[in-house]
Amino acid sequence: MQVSITVNGEQRTDEVEPRLLLAHYLREVRGLRATNIGCDSTSCGACTVIVDGLSVKSCTVLAAQADGAQVTTLEGLAGADGELHPVQAAFRAEHGLQCGFCTPGMVMAAIGVLADNPDPTDREVREGLEGNLCRCTGYHNIVRAVLTAAQAGPAAGQVPQAQEVQA
Amino acid sequence: MSILGTRVVRTEDPLFLTRGAVYTDDLTDERLTGALHATFVRSQVAHGRLLSVDTAAALEAPGVVAVVTAADVTDLVDIPPPFPFINAAMTRPWLASDRVRFVGDPIAVVLTEERYQGEDAAEMVVVDVDPLPAVVGTAAAATDEVLLFPEAGTNLLAAFGEPVPEDFFDGCEVVVTQALVNQRVAPVPLESRAAAAAWDPDGRVTVWCTNQGAQQARGQLGDWLEMDPDLIHLITPDVGGGFGAKIGADPEYAFIAWLARHVGRPVRWAESRSENMIGMLHGRAQDQVVTIGGRRDGTVEAYSLVFDQDCGAYPRIGAVLPTLTMLMAPGVYAFPKVHAQGRALATTTTSIGAYRGAGRPEATAAVERAVDLFAAEIGMDPAEVRRKNLVPAFSAPHTTPMGATYDNGDYTAALDKALEAAGYDELRAEQARRREAGDVRQLGIGLSVYVEITGADNGAGTKEAAELEVHADGTATVLTGTSPHGQGHATAWAMIASDQLGIPMEKITVLHGDTDLVPQGGGTMGSRSLQQGGAAVHQAADELIEEARRRAAERLEVDPTDLVVDLGLAGLAVRGTPGAGVSFAELAAEERLLVNTVFNADAPTFPFGAHVAVVELDVESGKAQVVRVVTVDDAGTVINPLIAEGQRHGGIAQGVAQALLEEVLYDEDGNPTTSTLADYPFVSATELPSFELVEMATPTPMNPLGAKGIGEAGTIGSTPAVQNAVIDAAAHLGVRHVDMPVTPMRVWRAIQQAGSHAQQEGN
Repeated sequence: MQVSITVNGEQRTDEVEPRLLLAHYLREVRGLRATNIGCDSTSCGACTVIVDGLSVKSCTVLAAQADGAQVTTLEGLAGADGELHPVQAAFRAEHGLQCGFCTPGMVMAAIGVLADNPDPTDREVREGLEGNLCRCTGYHNIVRAVLTAAQAGPAAGQVPQAQEVQA
Repeated sequence: MSILGTRVVRTEDPLFLTRGAVYTDDLTDERLTGALHATFVRSQVAHGRLLSVDTAAALEAPGVVAVVTAADVTDLVDIPPPFPFINAAMTRPWLASDRVRFVGDPIAVVLTEERYQGEDAAEMVVVDVDPLPAVVGTAAAATDEVLLFPEAGTNLLAAFGEPVPEDFFDGCEVVVTQALVNQRVAPVPLESRAAAAAWDPDGRVTVWCTNQGAQQARGQLGDWLEMDPDLIHLITPDVGGGFGAKIGADPEYAFIAWLARHVGRPVRWAESRSENMIGMLHGRAQDQVVTIGGRRDGTVEAYSLVFDQDCGAYPRIGAVLPTLTMLMAPGVYAFPKVHAQGRALATTTTSIGAYRGAGRPEATAAVERAVDLFAAEIGMDPAEVRRKNLVPAFSAPHTTPMGATYDNGDYTAALDKALEAAGYDELRAEQARRREAGDVRQLGIGLSVYVEITGADNGAGTKEAAELEVHADGTATVLTGTSPHGQGHATAWAMIASDQLGIPMEKITVLHGDTDLVPQGGGTMGSRSLQQGGAAVHQAADELIEEARRRAAERLEVDPTDLVVDLGLAGLAVRGTPGAGVSFAELAAEERLLVNTVFNADAPTFPFGAHVAVVELDVESGKAQVVRVVTVDDAGTVINPLIAEGQRHGGIAQGVAQALLEEVLYDEDGNPTTSTLADYPFVSATELPSFELVEMATPTPMNPLGAKGIGEAGTIGSTPAVQNAVIDAAAHLGVRHVDMPVTPMRVWRAIQQAGSHAQQEGN
C-alpha cells in the first residue's frame, strides 16, 4: 500500500507492507536511525516520536496509520544552523544520557511532557516519563535535564515543525 | 588551572543528541549491502531430547534463502567450557542436535532477504522435542537427579572452599543464621544483541557486534571458528549499554560470521527484546546461607557465607563469580574469623554472566544483611554495630582473612558522612514517632557499608594499551583498548591528554573498539577503564613529552632538562627564555610524533562507600516507596565529576531495582515467565527518588591518576541499603528478614506471619 508521510518537514510517498511499523518505516524506509527499538511490548519508549503533535511510541503505530501525518524525530529537532532544541541542550548540559540508546525517545517524550506541563515538578517529570526506560542514568540527570529545559520556556515543549505538541 | 576534576560536558553528546548514536543495527556500511537477516529458532522447552527439526515449510516461505540446522554445521566443533576446571563434557553445541537445555537454546537459523520474512519463516520450522524434567534452581541441580550433561555425571561445575569447621562459632554469645536469596536478574541493556558479518574475497571477515571488548571477542571468535585472529576484523560500533552482559562474545556472534561464509553473503542479526530476555546472560542468582556470631556488646567474632551459584545451562562467567563473592565476603569488616564456600551448578535456564558488580554485590548483600540480623538479635543500632566492627582507617595495604589486599580506605569516615548527610538521628526520631503513632506509612532506614574490588585481572591482566599521536595540524589521536558504552571515555581520555599536552580537547579524537586500529585491549568491565585505560593515556602523554623533549633539544640546541611543557604553546619551551620553544605539532611535521604504551597497574583497587536508604512502607499493603538514597562512594581521584556522578546514579538505580522490583522467574517446568518488558519489572523513573550524593575521595597509590573504579559501586552499595530499609520499616512488627525483591506481597506476608507468630507466643 502507499503512504504519504511528512517526516521532519519532508513529505514522501512510499510503497509499504500494511503491517510495517512506523518505527521500521522511519529507520529502514526513511533511513532515520536515531529512533531506536528497545522492546517488543510498548514498554521502553526508545522509539518515541511526535506524530501530529502527540508523542507516541512508533513501535505501536503502523506506517499506514501515519498516512498523511506530520512526524518529528530526533533528527528533526536541531535548527538548520545546528542550534540544539532546548531539550537536547539540557540533556547535554545535565549529562542526561550515557549510552544514548534511550535518548532519542526520551528527548521526544520529554518534549511531550513539557508541552503538557511547561513547569513540572520532579515527581511530575518522573510520572510523565514512566513509559520511557533508561538503564544507564538512573533517571536522575534525565529528570534534571527536563527541569532545566523547562526554564527555556514554551519552546521546550514544541518541535520546529511548529506543530502543537500534547503529551 | 587543570581541566581534571571539572564538570566537562561530553564530547560524544552533540552527535548522540542530533543524529543518534550508530549501533550495530544502524550500520549502513557498504560491505553489508545485500545482507541477509538471520532469525534464530529457539527451544520453547527447557529440557528435552530433540527428535526432529522439519524445515521444509520454512524453506518454501517468501524470502527464505536458507534454513540452517545442526546437520549443516559440519566444520565447527562444539564450544568447550570457558574454564579449565569445568568438566570437558559440558560443551555447547552451535545449534542443538540431540538435546535442548533451556528455553532459548538455538535450534535453527532462518536466513531471509527481509527482516519480517525471518519472523514469519521461523514460525514455520517444526521442532519436535521429547520433554525431560527441568532443573530449576540450585537445590534441584545439586541433587543430580536430572543431569543436563549425562556424560559429565553431575550438574556441579565447580566447588570452591571447604565446609565450615564445626567449632567455627564456638564461644560466641550470639549466633544468627539465615538463608538469603540473591535473585536472578536480567541486565537489559536498552540495546539488545546484534551482529553483522561480511567476508572479503581473500578470506578475511569483518564482524560488527555490540560488545564490551572487541579484542577479547575477536580472540574467542578465532578460537571457535578455528581462525587466525588476524583474519578477523572485529568492530564494536556505538554500544547501547552492557552492564556486564556484553562481556565476551556470545556464540551467536561467531555463528553470524559462520553463516555469512556458509551462504556466501553478508548476514546481520538483531534480536528482539523477548529473544534478549531469554538469550542474553542473566546475573546474580545465588542461594546463600549466612551465619554470624559474636558478643552481645556488638563485636562480631565469626562470619560464614555458604552459597550456591546458579550458572544456567551452559557455563559462562557465572561459573567463576563464586570466587569473587568469597574473596569479598567480609567486606569492610575486621571480623577475626571469616569462612566462605561456594558451588557453581548447571540448571536448565539462561546462562549466568556478569551483571554490574558481578560477584561483589552478592558478597555485600550477604554481609550487610547478616550485620543487620546480628544487630536486631542483640538489640543494638545497626550503625553502632557497623562502627564497632569496621576495619579502622588504613593507608597501607590491608589483607583480609580471605586473602584480598585492600589498597586504602576509611570506612568509618564514609559511614559517618553518609549518616550525617542523611540526618540519621532525626530519621530515627521520626521513625519512633510513626511507630508510636501506629502510622500506616512507616519509615525504614537501611544502611550499607561496602568495599569492592575493581580493575581485577579479567584475563587480559591488570593492564591496558594506549596509543597517542600528535599530528602536524595540531590535532591528536588517542587509541584505547577500553570499550566505552556510555561511560564517556572520548571525553575523559581527551581531558587527560589535553591536561598534559595543552592541546584543546576538541582537537583530540579518541578511537576504540576496532581490532585493526587497536589490536590489544582489555575492554570495559570490572570498573577498570579509568584506572587502567585512562592511566595508559596519561602514561602515553608522559612518554610523548619525553620523545618530544629529545627531539626539541636537538632542534633548539638546548639541554633536554632545560625544556618544560608549555601548555599554552602545546609544546616545549626553553626555561627562562621567553619565546623560545617548539610545539608538538611542529615536531610532528618533521617526523611522526607517536607513542604506543601499556600501563600495568599490577594490582586491583578497592573503592568503598556507605549508603543510607530511606523508605516509606505501607504496612497494610506491603508496598515500599524509596524516598531517599544518600550515598558516599569513594573512588579515589575523580577526573570528571559529571561522568562519575552519572555512573553512581545508574548504579544506584540498578541496585534499588534489584532490592525492590526486578527478578527473572521460571515456572517448575523451566518456562520463563518474565520474558518481555511487560512482564519483567524494569525499574522506571517513578519508582526512584533523585539521589543525594556525598563527596569523598581517597586517592589510590596504584596508578598515577589516583583513580579507583566507579562503575559498579552504586549497585553494590544500594541493594542492601534498600533491602535493609524495607525490613527496618517493619521490624517493630516482628519482621526479621524478607528476601529480594522485597515486593508488596512478600512484605505483606512477612508482616502477617510475624503478627501470627507474635500472637501464638502471646498465647
